[in-house]
Amino acid sequence: MNCQRTQELIHGYVDGELDLVRNLEVEQHMEDCRACARVFGNQTTLKSMLRTDSLYHDAPDRLKKRIQSSLRKEVKSEMRRRAFGWGWGWATIGATSALILLIALAVWNFVPRSTVPAGDELLAQEIVSDHVRSLQLPGHLVDVLSSDQHTVKTWFDGKVDFAPSVKDFADQDFRLYGGRLEYLNNRSVAALVYQRRLHYINLYIWPSGQAGSTAEVTTQRQGYNLIHWTSSGMNYWAISDLNSVELHEFARLIRQE
Amino acid sequence: MQQEERWQTQNKLASFDEAVLPHLHAAYNLAHWLTRNYTDAGDVVQEAYLRAFKFFRGFHGTDGRSWLLAIVRHTCYTWMQHNRSPALCVPLEDETDEIESTDLDPESLLLQRADTLLVRRALEELPIEFREVLVFRELEEMSYKEIAIITELPLGTVMSRLARARKRLQLALSSHMHAEVLT
Repeated sequence: MNCQRTQELIHGYVDGELDLVRNLEVEQHMEDCRACARVFGNQTTLKSMLRTDSLYHDAPDRLKKRIQSSLRKEVKSEMRRRAFGWGWGWATIGATSALILLIALAVWNFVPRSTVPAGDELLAQEIVSDHVRSLQLPGHLVDVLSSDQHTVKTWFDGKVDFAPSVKDFADQDFRLYGGRLEYLNNRSVAALVYQRRLHYINLYIWPSGQAGSTAEVTTQRQGYNLIHWTSSGMNYWAISDLNSVELHEFARLIRQE
Repeated sequence: MQQEERWQTQNKLASFDEAVLPHLHAAYNLAHWLTRNYTDAGDVVQEAYLRAFKFFRGFHGTDGRSWLLAIVRHTCYTWMQHNRSPALCVPLEDETDEIESTDLDPESLLLQRADTLLVRRALEELPIEFREVLVFRELEEMSYKEIAIITELPLGTVMSRLARARKRLQLALSSHMHAEVLT
C-alpha cells in the first residue's frame, strides 16, 4: 500500500470504519512510513479535540418543558379534531337524513299527482330514456323507414299482438318517418316516428286492457314534452322536444283519426 | 369508539416520549451547530418535535435518535431557507478528494495547544455541509451508515466529505492560531 492510498483510507481507519484486511494494511504501512503516521497523529488529535463535552450543546431544561407542553397542546387539539370529526360525521348523517325526508315530503306534496299517477311516473321515465336512446344511436330510430302508412302498419303484423293504426299527417306537417318495435312497460309496444321540421316525435302505442278513453295528460321531463292518453282501448304516449302547443296539435290529430 | 381514539392518542404520546424525548440533547446540539444560535435552535427543535409527533405513526424503527435528527436537520434547512439570506444555502462545489499534505508537522504541535474556544470558533465557521458531518461523526459518534441515511448521501460521499471537513477544520485552526501567535 502506498502513501496516497493510505491517506485516502486514513479517515476510515481513524473512524473505525475499515474492514479488517484494510485496517491491517493501513497499520502495516504506517509502521514504515513516518509521514503517514504523522497524518494519523494529526487526525487523532483533531478527533480528541472535537470529542470534548464542552463542544456539545446540551438542551436547556426549560426547552424540555416547553416541548412537553406544546406536545400536550397538540394532543389536545388532535383529540378535539377527532371528536369534531366524529361529531361532524353524525351531523352529516343527521343533516342528510333530514334532507332526504324533506325532499320526500316535497315530492309527495308537490308533484302533480292528478296528472302523473305513481305508476306513470316510472313509465314516463322509461319513455324519456327510450326516446333519448332512439335518437342517440344511428339507425336506431326506426326499424322500418317509410312515410307510407300501409307499409309501416303491415310491418307490425306478427311483431306485436295488436294492430296499431298508422296514419301519415304530412299535409299538417307531421310526416310519418317510420316505425320500430320497442319493449316498454313490460311488454312489446309499437313505436311510430313522426317528423316535424327538425323534431322527431316518438308515439308509443299498446293495448290498455280497458275499454274507453281518458283525457290527455301533459308532463315535462328533462326538457321533453310528454302527452299520454287512452282511446279505444289503446295507450298512447307521445314524446318530443317539440313545444307543447305543437305536440298537443299532434295528439289531437292522432286522436281524431 | 371515542374512548378508544383518546386511548390511542395517549398511547402515542407515551411511546413518543419513550422513543424520541430522550434524544432532546442530540436534537438541540445539532440545531445549535446548524443555526449557530441558541434561540433559533430552541425554536427549530420545538418545531421539529411537533413534526416528529405528527409523523410518529410512520416511525417503526428502533433508532429514535437518527429518525429525530433527520427531522431536526430538515427543519433547520427549511427554517434557514425562510429566515436567512440564500447565500448561506449555496450548494458545495464538486467533491474532489484532496490528499493530506504531509507537511502538517508544525501544525500538529499547534493543534495540541488549541483550546476549546478556538475549536468551537473554527467549527462554527465551517460551511454547513462540513459542519454537520463533523457534528454527526465526532459529537454524536454516528457511523458512516447512519450519517449517510440522515444526510441522504452515498456512503463514499460521507467519507470524502468528512475528510474534506477535517482538512478545512485543521487549516482554520492553524490560521486562527497563527493569528493568535502574531497578536
